[in-house]
Amino acid sequence: MKEMLEILEKLDWSPLFISLKTGVAATVISFFLGIYAARKVVKASPGKKAVIDGILTLPMVLPPTVAGFFLLLLFSRRRLLGEFLFDQFGFKVVQTWVGCVIAATVIAFPLMYRNARAAMEQIDVNLVYAGRTLGMSDIEIFWKVVIPTAGPGIASGTILTFARALGEYGATSMLAGNIPGKTGTISQKIAMVIQDGDYLTAGIWVVIVMIIAFVIISLMNLISGKKMKNVGRW
Amino acid sequence: MAISVEIHRKLNRFMLDVSFRSTSRRIGILGASGCGKSMTLKCIAGIETPDAGRIAVEDRVLFDSDSRTDLKPQKRNAGYLFQNYALFPTMTVEKNIGAGLKGKRIAKEKRVKEMVRKFRLEGLEKQLPGQLSGGQQQRVALARIMAYEPDVILLDEPFSALDMFLKDQLQREMVNMLEDYEGTVIMVSHDRDEIYRFSEELLIMDQGKIVAAGPTKEVFRNPENKTAARLTGCKNFSRIRKLGEETVEAVDWNLVLHVERTVPEDAEYMGYRAHDFIPVWGERGENMLKFDPVSSASLPFEQNYYIRSGEKDDADEVICWFVQRDELQQLKEKGKPDYLKIEEEKILFLRR
Repeated sequence: MKEMLEILEKLDWSPLFISLKTGVAATVISFFLGIYAARKVVKASPGKKAVIDGILTLPMVLPPTVAGFFLLLLFSRRRLLGEFLFDQFGFKVVQTWVGCVIAATVIAFPLMYRNARAAMEQIDVNLVYAGRTLGMSDIEIFWKVVIPTAGPGIASGTILTFARALGEYGATSMLAGNIPGKTGTISQKIAMVIQDGDYLTAGIWVVIVMIIAFVIISLMNLISGKKMKNVGRW
Repeated sequence: MAISVEIHRKLNRFMLDVSFRSTSRRIGILGASGCGKSMTLKCIAGIETPDAGRIAVEDRVLFDSDSRTDLKPQKRNAGYLFQNYALFPTMTVEKNIGAGLKGKRIAKEKRVKEMVRKFRLEGLEKQLPGQLSGGQQQRVALARIMAYEPDVILLDEPFSALDMFLKDQLQREMVNMLEDYEGTVIMVSHDRDEIYRFSEELLIMDQGKIVAAGPTKEVFRNPENKTAARLTGCKNFSRIRKLGEETVEAVDWNLVLHVERTVPEDAEYMGYRAHDFIPVWGERGENMLKFDPVSSASLPFEQNYYIRSGEKDDADEVICWFVQRDELQQLKEKGKPDYLKIEEEKILFLRR
């Protein structure tokens, strides 16, 4: 017990903040991109739909290390895009926090996209038609009618995206590495201390992750549950 | 308010070719499901696009394939009442009514209040559609449409999802609510009672074509062709053969009929409504059918008899006689009739 307090006192909290920051950033990006992609796919013709859906869902099906491999190919400074970004903007992805966010976003994005899409496909098309005949613009209909009606699906997509982004390990370790205080996320920290045989520190981080995950999911369920209570669905 | 519509559009099984012009305030379109009547409304509202044609309200052209005019639904000023009302499920009653309004917030709020009062929705402003009864939902949907003052209101089978009791009540409400509306209302339905009650002018559609049109009562009185007659509820048909100026043979019924008017040259069928037979006891006279029921069905306020048509034994075709309450009393006292009299003035002579 005394030993544990000692460790807690000396604990470097940076992995917590890096993970939370990464999770939030990846979730926000995935939220908008996912909804945008879902909207495009819902409107696309069946043939196009199958192809685009396949590409967008791929990161969820592939091992994260495969995604990491492609990301490295793309962003390495020895490659076209990476070189361009660095030369033009001084922008580095590999071995930076931006790398953490990109890796987490790519891996978590399909969860947002798929949930948003499923929710949107459930929506009665007459709602959109009604909005149009009432003089609402398509953008207005989308944000005021489609998104709120698809609310529960989008909320659950957001929760899953955040949870996945928070725990991302494989692609992150490849693209961003494990630089303490910079790109060292909780998952990477746990893996690292386990390798050193430091099960106590690993255990502390495991408990912290579990608490975060539980609190966030309960909170979001509460919010969406309250909001959707009186909404009739068909 | 004059509306002129010409729509050509390829549908799955047939071509939609609809053309009409009307100055009537209440237009009804009657047709079986899948005949293209909802598609017609959707084309007017701009939700669907015709392959060719022209749609105009007064001088305002909404669609014209020749001049490549195709106003967005947002610009057409046509309110559309969906069968399921399509209320926005996450918006309160107030928000639903105000959803399409433009302009200053205070003006919008005032308009919404006005509609709430007019459609007797006081106290329900903060409720969500899922918490309302069917009748209340319909009132919200109408209030939402009326709030932005459309030139045309399109009603797409507004009562078909309701049970009988509610239907009658909502039909009455709808008529009242639309009473002081100056624009054109077009209602589409497969229910002839609904259409008869509502519309001044009637179009009957079948397989994408208009098969009969005119003032509603006139069309019901004389539907002119077999398809239209069937859709107005006529149950009994027979092919006819002209024997003389005022004599015809109802071929399928094996019966010679005498009428006191000239049988139209182009008539190929006769129709006779199931309620129009007169029961006769005793001697067979002119224009009478032998009462030889194959089966019967009891309804709460009506008795239906199905009578063998003609002397053919193999006939699947039966003649329907629907007996209503007061006549039913007579039947109870005197027993089954021997013959059914066809009243010559009620015979419909029909084209194919």
